[in-house]
Amino acid sequence: MQLIALVATLLLLSAVGFHLGRRRAAARSAAADRRPHSLPVYYGSYVALWSGLPALVVLLGWLAFEPLVVRSLVVDSLPLVARELPPERLGLLMNDVRNLAAGVVTSRDVDPEMAAAAETYLRLKRLGAVAVAVLSLAAAIGGLGLALRRVRPDLRARNAVERLVERLLIGASTIAIFTTVGIVLSLLFESIRFFNAVPIHHFLFGLEWSPQTAIRSDQVGSSGAFGAVPLFAGTFLISLIAMAVAMPVGLLSAIYMAEYAPRRMRAIIKPLLEVLAGIPTVVYGFFAALTVAPFLRDAGTMLGLGVSSESALAAGVVMGIMIIPYVSSIADDVITAVPRSLREASLGLGATRSETIRQVVVPAALPGIVGGLLLAVSRAIGETMIVVMAAGMAANLTANPFETVTTVTVQIVTLLVGDQEFDSPKTLAAFALGLVLFLVTLALNVAALQVVKRFREQYD
Amino acid sequence: MNVASKPALDQATLDDRRLAKVSARDVDVFYGAKQALKSVSIDIRPNEVTALIGPSGCGKSTFLRCLNRMNDLIESCRVAGSIWLDGEDIYTSGLDPVQLRARVGMVFQKPNPFPKTIYDNVAYGPRIHGLARSRAELDEIVMTSLEKAGLIDEVKDRLQEQGTGLSGGQQQRLCIARAIAVSPEVILMDEPCSALDPIATAKVEELIDELRQRFTIVIVTHSMQQAARVSQRTGFFHLGELVECGETEQIFTNPRHKLTQGYITGRFG
Repeated sequence: MQLIALVATLLLLSAVGFHLGRRRAAARSAAADRRPHSLPVYYGSYVALWSGLPALVVLLGWLAFEPLVVRSLVVDSLPLVARELPPERLGLLMNDVRNLAAGVVTSRDVDPEMAAAAETYLRLKRLGAVAVAVLSLAAAIGGLGLALRRVRPDLRARNAVERLVERLLIGASTIAIFTTVGIVLSLLFESIRFFNAVPIHHFLFGLEWSPQTAIRSDQVGSSGAFGAVPLFAGTFLISLIAMAVAMPVGLLSAIYMAEYAPRRMRAIIKPLLEVLAGIPTVVYGFFAALTVAPFLRDAGTMLGLGVSSESALAAGVVMGIMIIPYVSSIADDVITAVPRSLREASLGLGATRSETIRQVVVPAALPGIVGGLLLAVSRAIGETMIVVMAAGMAANLTANPFETVTTVTVQIVTLLVGDQEFDSPKTLAAFALGLVLFLVTLALNVAALQVVKRFREQYD
Repeated sequence: MNVASKPALDQATLDDRRLAKVSARDVDVFYGAKQALKSVSIDIRPNEVTALIGPSGCGKSTFLRCLNRMNDLIESCRVAGSIWLDGEDIYTSGLDPVQLRARVGMVFQKPNPFPKTIYDNVAYGPRIHGLARSRAELDEIVMTSLEKAGLIDEVKDRLQEQGTGLSGGQQQRLCIARAIAVSPEVILMDEPCSALDPIATAKVEELIDELRQRFTIVIVTHSMQQAARVSQRTGFFHLGELVECGETEQIFTNPRHKLTQGYITGRFG
């Protein structure tokens, strides 16, 4: 509540700064009888930005560091016994202090020391709130005053504002980049911890996956084998089946839409196909598990084939249906982008429509089509929900699509679901799997983008 | 034919239309509700270059595209009237437009070689129509087509390079070679030089004059000088109508219609 009031005040100050800056620029240039360098609105923005941004920095800094500072101050005020607790216990204690301060029920009896700590905590919080309000308001007013003094006809306000705006934009884009870097680094460090416990070649080339590690030595059925090959083979098998479904169906429907469908038909079919992309994957998942998998099992039984009720085939087929719109939409775009003049050249030579498509249009669009297929593959590899529900959990190393297989993503889910300790190889393995998965899809995406780029260059 | 009411058009058609290579009578073309051509009648004589001139949007390209039924590809387009090729109606339902286009080739405004090798560009048509029974025969067709298009000396050492890597003028001559490789009877050219520089244009014009020996050529052009240089007969289109048609020399020196005179003297267009 206080925070909202503070932010509103700061915004108000910026608005005031905008008006003052504009008026002052007009007044000063009139007094000096000179045309100002920039339009009045830039002087206004200049002052507004200089009053708003420093205050914003102060505010964000406080939001980021306040909990840490308050916490360490409170810990310092605790008696020595408590301060020497192991970090986890100390964390629990601090939680109780916070709860006590907020008036929520605590998990232990309240002793005077804790009450004192809670008192300190509350006091520090209040002090911090006042401090940040004072500091940010001071920054806003100071910035406003300084900027206002610098407003003169020869101040290059437009350039300054443009520079600031550019910095803001850079800041926005770095947020995304830093998040990615952060994710990759956390994957990397946890993976390194995993590889300290399990040698990397066991992980990459081992043929047996059985991640249950023994907590006590007398436990059975927990071999702790971390050979990831069955998982990658399973991922590969399911992706292969998915592409075998999505590639022909997607490509052929794209060719129909781009080359044959009358305009009105296309206006209906294209959105309908793209609806497929909007269905949540979990819906595909139970469609696969409850409809497709039993159907395949029964059909297999009739033909005398042993199809297990959770099979790579069921998951792969449904996943293929899911990625049809990725293939067809991109392929449709690149086929439509093939210049009309090429089609006319071919038709003008007496080629039929299908000859034109096979020999001119598709070859010309091929790089783009391949790019779309690669994107679809990386989508298939990363897909989790369908496989969790329809392909099973058993890490079989098999090329038989009728058997149960499991994929990298499914194993990551099972490794991390439930109560886990984050220092056993079992949970850390999830990070290593995630890292490898990330590298594979990254490579595929880079390759796809390269291919698509090459295609673009050809027709610009 | 009512000679008295349409004196300017008496040269557009022959008394016996079967003598013409291509013969059009009362051709109307509609794009949706809009009429693009109004009752165009013209006879195109064999082994001549016929130029179609007129201001932008006058329907000359539309008429050209009727002659090989390229307008079929436009959904909203409707053609009425009759067009004969060698005395045979090309708009009867029994006629396959695909076969028609093998007999009536086309060269487009912008050079549009396929993104294939030079060899494959020229071999494309012969392959589709099965014109060559062996590799050697195909080589022969490709080489003679390139030769007829006056391109052979420039490309004979790089037949396996991409056709799109040639210069604009070379690309357009490659497209002409591609068109004549199918041995058409008529070649339609839709402003073939408008994307080319003057030197390349001169080469293509020279080529058109040579090709007249073997083919009947209809060329749409914006340039009256070009029409005067390459054609034997000229038709002038205005607002979807064929205003005047006659020998090129007569059209440019002694036009019979006011509109023609206004256009060729540069008063409008």
